[in-house]
Amino acid sequence: MKGIHSSFMLELSAGRKVRNCAAQILISLAALLAIVPLVFVFVHVIKSGMPALNLAFFTSLPSPVGQSGGGMANSLIGSLILVVFGTVIGIPIGVFGGVFLSEYGKGKIAFFMRFSVDLLTSVPSIVVGLYIYSMVVVPTKTFSAYAGGLALSILMFPFVVKTTEEVLRLIPQHIREAGLALGIPRWRVIVSIVLKGAIPSVTTGILLGIARIAGETAPLLFTAFGNRFWPHGLNEPMPSLPVQIYSYAISPFEEWHKQAWAGALLLMSMVFLFNLVARLLLFRDKSGHN
Amino acid sequence: MKRREVRWSDLLFFNSLRALALLIILVFISIFVFLYISSAETFNTIGWKFFILQDWSTNGGRFGALAFIYGTVLSSLIAILLATPVSVGSALFLTEIGPRVLRRPVQMLIELLAAIPSVVYGLWAIFVLAPFVKDHIQPVLRGMTPGLELFQGPPFGLGLFTSGLVLAIMITPTITAICVEVFRSIPLIYREGAKALGATTWETIRLAVLGPGLAGIFSAVILGLGRAMGETMAVTMVIGNRADISASLFSPAATMSSVIANEYGEASAGLHLSSLSAIGLTLLLVSMVVNGFARVVIWRVTRGAR
Repeated sequence: MKGIHSSFMLELSAGRKVRNCAAQILISLAALLAIVPLVFVFVHVIKSGMPALNLAFFTSLPSPVGQSGGGMANSLIGSLILVVFGTVIGIPIGVFGGVFLSEYGKGKIAFFMRFSVDLLTSVPSIVVGLYIYSMVVVPTKTFSAYAGGLALSILMFPFVVKTTEEVLRLIPQHIREAGLALGIPRWRVIVSIVLKGAIPSVTTGILLGIARIAGETAPLLFTAFGNRFWPHGLNEPMPSLPVQIYSYAISPFEEWHKQAWAGALLLMSMVFLFNLVARLLLFRDKSGHN
Repeated sequence: MKRREVRWSDLLFFNSLRALALLIILVFISIFVFLYISSAETFNTIGWKFFILQDWSTNGGRFGALAFIYGTVLSSLIAILLATPVSVGSALFLTEIGPRVLRRPVQMLIELLAAIPSVVYGLWAIFVLAPFVKDHIQPVLRGMTPGLELFQGPPFGLGLFTSGLVLAIMITPTITAICVEVFRSIPLIYREGAKALGATTWETIRLAVLGPGLAGIFSAVILGLGRAMGETMAVTMVIGNRADISASLFSPAATMSSVIANEYGEASAGLHLSSLSAIGLTLLLVSMVVNGFARVVIWRVTRGAR
């Protein structure tokens, strides 16, 4: 075998050989080049973020200009509120929207819904901010957690609809038929058999959705806005980690830059953690079936 | 009796889901409606000339979107020019030539790249990438091409080129992921055929992967373009935010999304606010067309091969 191979190689002209080698090297370099930014961003965020990531960062309010120290505690709580709000609205719409498309996805309404969901995933996030601004902020005359959470939910649910639909479609038809044959109502078959069996994969979609909205900045700029104090209620401007990082990053103050890096480190770690958990869940689910 | 009850609960379930579906369709339509309403003033007073007027002066009350359209188009073009070769190469590595032990980890790393929030990219770009462009990339390009207007101008570090560079990094995972999907959907027998005719690895890739995958690659790039055009935070942080059309890639500019992010919170009065909304509506429509087009092509390519 080896002999045949090498005699075959001898017949290659030098030009073809060189081109073949060069192409393979270039392709490998491209893969390397794609990962390099990840390493750079990762290393730099950790290096610059660690020094300011202390206890005060998690427990205190932002300090005024010129003073060192302070933290982003209010933004952390604000982000938590906004993401929970967005998720609480986004999950049911996303999951049951996905159920509709996978279980009843043939009619006209399903067609238009699929079309809407597909295009909703491509709406720029800043445009979602504009939309919620004119729909919620203008009539209520105030920036609020409601507006911010709603904006996040609109970014989340199309994604969850798509993943849920995809996952439910993978469940074999005979499982549904078995349930129906037992005389179980169709809705119970869907909820207690089809959906229940897909919980790990659906959860993966939800976790990835949460990771997405947790880092969103643009749709919050003029919906939740921001705030340098503790949040008091849902009907007032709500600080958030990404918006705070943004406003610190473009400020001219060294102290604030440090805080921005610490915030970025925290945000990135959380997003990675959610991604990791989501993947592990999917992995365990798959290996469990085998 | 029992049977009737069953059908009743099913009907309720089905109709609730259908109501939800209608709600989702309504949300989709209402985005256009609300954006149109809030930008009506601009379209009524300035009309279609809004898109070809270059002047943007908040104090003077003159509003034209051309500078922002220019900024969006140019920064996205830079991004896809830089990202396409890297993404297609990475996808080839992941599907064709990479050692099997490396494929999964490399793919996971590229996927992680997509998970980094835009604002983190922006932060990194302000403090690391922009100084690097200012000190190392622009002087070299300027030195190599004396007289070429494109690379001249004072070195700020902030501008179209830096924005394009960040965007390229951000859309690389998108383009790579779709190219991987496209390449995997090409039947193995094409490659075997090429090999059997004595083609080298590169010739096999060219004949049996890149050739049949061309339409898919094209649509992946278009989808990347859509991403790049709608991207806001990272661009806003490094583009310099000046409504200028300049011949140099290294001068500050502004994009449609960056001007909205910058000015919307502070815009108080009528025409300014409505012009920003009009830019938002334009951005929305352009993203829809670009993404819709790319999706149709991808759908046809990956379905057609199976």
